[in-house]
Amino acid sequence: MSRSKHAGGFRNALKEVFSYKSALIGIAILLLLVCLSIYTIITIPLPEAIHAWRSSEIWSKNPRNAQPEWIEIFYGKKLPRTIIVSSKGINASETPLEDGKRAFSLILFFNYDYEDFPPEIIVFFNSSYSEKLTIDVYWIRPDGEEIRLKRHTLRRPDDKLYLSNDLGLELQLERLVESKIGKANFTVTVERGLFMEYSKTLRVLKGRYGIRFESVLNAGDTLEAEVVVYGLVYGLAGTDHLRRPLIIGLLWGTPIAMSFGLAASILTTVLSLIIGTISGWYGGVIDSVIQRATEINAVLPFLPILILLTTFYRIDIFVILLSIILLNIFSLGIKSTRILVMQIKSYPYIEAAQAYGASNLRLILLYVIPKIMPPVVPAMISSVPGFVFLEAALSFLGLGDPFLPTWGKIINDAYTHGALYKGFYYWILEPAFLLILCSVSFALIGIALERTVNPKLKEL
Amino acid sequence: MLPKGFLKFIVRRSLVLLTSLIIAVYISIMLANFGGLIDEMVKADLLTTITMNIRNNPAYAGLTASEKQKIIDTLYQSALEAKGLNTPFPIRSLYYLKDSLTLDLGKALYLTSDSGSKQVRLIIMEKLPQTIMLFTTVTIINFFLNLLGGLILARRYGSKIDRIVSWLAPTSVIPGWVYGIFLILVFYTWLHILPPGGMVDYPPPKDPFLYFLSVLRHMILPMLSWIISGLFLGLYSNRTFFLIFSTEDYVEVARAKGLPPSQVDSRYVLRPTLPSIITGFSLAIIGSWSGAIITETVFDWPGLGKLLAQALSLPDPPVIVGEVVIYAWLLTLTVLILDVVYAFLDPRIKVWGG
Repeated sequence: MSRSKHAGGFRNALKEVFSYKSALIGIAILLLLVCLSIYTIITIPLPEAIHAWRSSEIWSKNPRNAQPEWIEIFYGKKLPRTIIVSSKGINASETPLEDGKRAFSLILFFNYDYEDFPPEIIVFFNSSYSEKLTIDVYWIRPDGEEIRLKRHTLRRPDDKLYLSNDLGLELQLERLVESKIGKANFTVTVERGLFMEYSKTLRVLKGRYGIRFESVLNAGDTLEAEVVVYGLVYGLAGTDHLRRPLIIGLLWGTPIAMSFGLAASILTTVLSLIIGTISGWYGGVIDSVIQRATEINAVLPFLPILILLTTFYRIDIFVILLSIILLNIFSLGIKSTRILVMQIKSYPYIEAAQAYGASNLRLILLYVIPKIMPPVVPAMISSVPGFVFLEAALSFLGLGDPFLPTWGKIINDAYTHGALYKGFYYWILEPAFLLILCSVSFALIGIALERTVNPKLKEL
Repeated sequence: MLPKGFLKFIVRRSLVLLTSLIIAVYISIMLANFGGLIDEMVKADLLTTITMNIRNNPAYAGLTASEKQKIIDTLYQSALEAKGLNTPFPIRSLYYLKDSLTLDLGKALYLTSDSGSKQVRLIIMEKLPQTIMLFTTVTIINFFLNLLGGLILARRYGSKIDRIVSWLAPTSVIPGWVYGIFLILVFYTWLHILPPGGMVDYPPPKDPFLYFLSVLRHMILPMLSWIISGLFLGLYSNRTFFLIFSTEDYVEVARAKGLPPSQVDSRYVLRPTLPSIITGFSLAIIGSWSGAIITETVFDWPGLGKLLAQALSLPDPPVIVGEVVIYAWLLTLTVLILDVVYAFLDPRIKVWGG
């Protein structure tokens, strides 16, 4: 049992693992995910990620349920991104009137050259006023035509003007369109009325649009406006129902899923190995207590108990991990470990060690466990996906860690908000794809390891 | 006629399992009551029952509110005593244990059974057949599918299909509920040919045959999700297992004798591997109980798992505790039945002690 021979064996085993194509693919995917995790942890610190994931305020200028940008490939046309035009840095024209009042006029221009209509348009005001402040809003089309949209009285200094769900405006635009092209054979929504080309077929009129605000300000009043024309696509991963960029959750899900799966599988495997060894080594009362414990564990319903624990106690991911480990260590694997240990106990080298007075602890840790560890490693790696999906399943049931963004939580959000029925494919498929990528990589490595460890499987 | 040793074995196993069940349920009760939750549940249940009785009793109608309250208090105290609820927890917990083991699971806070009862036992028992109908069926289908497929692949070892199956084996780490989501996306959202969830069309068809067909249609996707999830690894591991056994000398001899492959398979490969196969099957059945929880939620299938998810979202603690107890019972019964089957198949156990 010299050290060098041991290391050589290990090196050979590694070499053999690398000779399997499936293992190589698994390792490549795994490395990719590890790099992604490291990148995530460095670029988005956890507190920041949690804050970003839990506050809906900061995302108000993101589109709701926007698809990822690359989805355009499937549509074959340029889909609108979100356009934000702010009055900051743009000088509004102000003409003095009598008694200190000023006539205020501000035009915000933006280019629109996408091939679909935006889903939503909101104007964010930022103002200070002493009395009522009423604003007239005009729309300027690329062909120069100007449409008076509406008169809006601010209800508070940071009021918002939602153009999209304004039924009066919709009716007005419908009449306008009818006067231009006759009865349209499509419904005229606010966005279509504003951005369409006046022709019988529904098409976007590309070009430079403007939105003009006119008002009369009292002395000391200020008015700023920001127009947000929401897009249909957003970033690499799209957004969810709370306008959050999914990429944050997807990125952070990676280290969480991997470390959770690995921690659960390693701790469960090692602890149950130790328990099995103790059972086989000492025998007697200890053995029978442990055997009874595995029998009790076999009829303890694992998932329902976990659900019971997570509902009755406020718990985070570490308590979940701990409960999973505790409920798994007295598994059936203990029986086979125990039998193995009973055989090893009578091996000559153990007897020799006993003869020179080695303690039980030393014997177990240095001579028994290293002997029975190798066959367990493949099973350990293969059990990682199960734990990764278990965490996802708990999150899917709404039982995960209350703060962390995880893949399971995104799937849960998507599912409960009808992504399956409304066709928000990306919302479910992105986290599912990552879950699958992560678990399949471990499975590929596990299966290859199993072949190298189990000589009977080698030729098959 | 069953040998005496066999009966003795079954009695012994039943006793061991029953003890395990009692301890498992007791552990569950302890876990649930760390925060005093079961106490509160039972007490709240008692108090509402008594209050409702007094309020609705015309004999007390003439009393003032404070007088009524007094009566309620005395009745409540005596009820606590009668139920042993004012005893210290170690003793009290034994009362709970007895109630749980006899499936006296108390009343739900919000959920009701389809027949309108608030009894947790009735609510759960109403859902049990649906879970068995779907998941036990699909586990059995999977078992035979993988067994036969494994035998066929072992015979065609090294062929193209064998290699494809080996390559696809890692896809089985993806659990059924994830495949379920994909299947809903494809067959409902995209193709619109199968229902996304539920057990029967709404409104349910009156004609029993049409009703049956409707249920069958709703069963396709959840079953398919489990079949796909279990298929490739199941085929692969069965095939590998059979291959290892078919290199044994006695199988070679049988082949050399010129026995047809089907006979070699059934007599010399399948027979000695049966105990391990049964173990695999029992693990699958046991796994199906908890796997069903999430799959039922995805497919909105009205079984035990969906009920648990509902109880969880409300939350309805008595139902959650009740479900834990029912699952413990189910596990115990499953283990017992499979032990019996195992003993029946394994001659060493049958002869042992007889």
